[in-house]
Amino acid sequence: MSTPKTKTIRTDALARVEGEGAMYVRIAGREVEEVKLNIYEPPRFFEAFLRGRGFTEVPDITARICGICPVAYQMSSVTAMEMACGIEVDGQLRALRRLLYCGEWIESHALHVFMLHAPDFLGYPSAIELARDAPDVVASALEMKKIGNELMTVVGGREVHPINVKVGGWYRAPRKGELAPLVPKLERAREIALEAVRITSGFDFPDYEQDYELVALDHPGEYPIDRGRVVSNRGLDIPVTEYDDHFVEEHVEWSNALHSRIIERGSYLCGPLARFALAADRLSPIARDAAREAGLEPSERNPFKSIVVRSVELVYAADEALRIIAEYEEPDAPAVEVEPRAGVGYGCTEAPRGILYHRYEIDAEGSILDAKIVPPTSQNQRTIEEDLRGVVERSLDMPDEELTIRCEQTIRNYDPCISCATHFLTLDVERR
Amino acid sequence: MARKPTLAVWKFASCDGCQLSLLDCEDEILSLAGEVDIAYFLEATRATAEGPYDLSLVEGSVTTHHDMERIREVRKASKALVTIGACATAGGVQALKNFADVDEYISAVYATPDYISTLDSSTPISAHVPVDFELNGCPINKRQLLEVITAFLHGRRPEIPTSSVCMECKRRGTVCVMVAHGTPCLGPVTHAGCGALCPSYNRGCYGCFGPMETPNIAALTNQLGELGMGEKAVDRVFRTFNVRPFEEARTR
Repeated sequence: MSTPKTKTIRTDALARVEGEGAMYVRIAGREVEEVKLNIYEPPRFFEAFLRGRGFTEVPDITARICGICPVAYQMSSVTAMEMACGIEVDGQLRALRRLLYCGEWIESHALHVFMLHAPDFLGYPSAIELARDAPDVVASALEMKKIGNELMTVVGGREVHPINVKVGGWYRAPRKGELAPLVPKLERAREIALEAVRITSGFDFPDYEQDYELVALDHPGEYPIDRGRVVSNRGLDIPVTEYDDHFVEEHVEWSNALHSRIIERGSYLCGPLARFALAADRLSPIARDAAREAGLEPSERNPFKSIVVRSVELVYAADEALRIIAEYEEPDAPAVEVEPRAGVGYGCTEAPRGILYHRYEIDAEGSILDAKIVPPTSQNQRTIEEDLRGVVERSLDMPDEELTIRCEQTIRNYDPCISCATHFLTLDVERR
Repeated sequence: MARKPTLAVWKFASCDGCQLSLLDCEDEILSLAGEVDIAYFLEATRATAEGPYDLSLVEGSVTTHHDMERIREVRKASKALVTIGACATAGGVQALKNFADVDEYISAVYATPDYISTLDSSTPISAHVPVDFELNGCPINKRQLLEVITAFLHGRRPEIPTSSVCMECKRRGTVCVMVAHGTPCLGPVTHAGCGALCPSYNRGCYGCFGPMETPNIAALTNQLGELGMGEKAVDRVFRTFNVRPFEEARTR
């Protein structure tokens, strides 16, 4: 009996992802034997060195987990600390948090859609080469990204690691006059985003679907960003305080990122596809119309179409920012007073790439006793590996080089943030 | 036609924020790509070219045996090597583990400690190879980054001020938060570069850019104490993003 021919497809250092990762696929004949997403980004031990730090330090320290989505870390951490201290931030102070978050969604999604993911669909190694053939498209994308950054700079002080977020609210609330110049810019960003929906919905999408369990936040009347219960399309519906009863993280040998799963069920997907599936009816009318024109339905399960959903969310984020600015009234005080007390607090918000969970235990003086942080990429890691297997099984006759690119494109569907997940990736396809 | 200079961007242990600062130069990135060959920049492109590179920008600190080897190879392949940000320049926030029992840290975060390979300390790039210029900041300031790239491509020293954040407050006309409001502030000892952001948001500086040249830490520590900061809080604020250089400045 002859041994089937084995081949390996590998990418030792994945490009156009945030952080360091590799992938490895081993194929024997027509069978995919093994698929690994290897996250070799060195561990940085945030949860360990947060112990002993002050409760007010979490937004500044946890922001440094990720330069792409620092606001997500700041929002989940302050929400958790406020719960531990028995207070809640609402009204305009909370509206400003959602506004800052819109800035991060615009900046991060614009970066991912055009600089990181679109080159895969159009056959370019990067947006820089794409810019030679389609200068207007790349210039508009950069313009939109810049507007997201400007919004973050006005509200948060700077685009990477904002300085204005504090437990209890803000160091200084922006004046109406500071927000007003953003209005024509955000209207322009919304126009560019609408064009992005038209462009991305015209891409060729690989024929692939999976029956995912989709997980997102849920709050009445709101598209999920900064608060809500944790819900899924298979009946999960829990307050954030019960997260640890339903989700576990596992440590696998090939990854410095922990793998999450839903207890007794398995892998799940969070991020744009999940949010759209579970809350499309809560998008603003302009974003909803854009999704309809693009042919997107909440029943969409092709992960490659996440690029279209991200574009729809770009429309929404610009539109939502405009709404918040239009309704903004300067608050009497930039923050509510927070006194530490012994306790536990939980926070979960929607980072651009999916839900980000934080839990802290603090003592009566506000020193952190224990910290747990579960980033979206950890949560999506098992699903990414399952998608890789499924995509390779359907593409066995593809030449290796093309297959490698297809695998990378599959991983990029998730906008994986490897820096986050270790607190990501090399493709390695082996055929036998 | 003369060959365009080559630029490479390398990542070690970090949050990606400093290399993102290059992509955040939305108005300049395409013209920069016209002036230099971006030979290695994995966050932006899957196309890579072999060295040597005229200018290497290095983000992140060294925390693994593999990275100790890798930084030597980057140095060998680079005519000029510039570190960008607090991780590459000072070891970063992950240098907090230098004070701790790393085996205990690993078991606090990971269920199977045997799978994890890491050094006991997080060290700056300069602890391993010669560095031609160090750009401070957590994160770096993108205007300063463009100045550094421009300077190296033209063969001159970058014009990066070495004064304190106080100078930047005075220049932008921000009222001193420490004098006027009694807010503890690291501005008097912190390297300029952010543009004195925090005081303009009614907040004290928390030292993202590390110590300035010859800081008077003792005087500031007294003042922080008088404003009601306890010893533990003072230790914490100096031991955040630029742990090692602030510790050195405090013991001088």
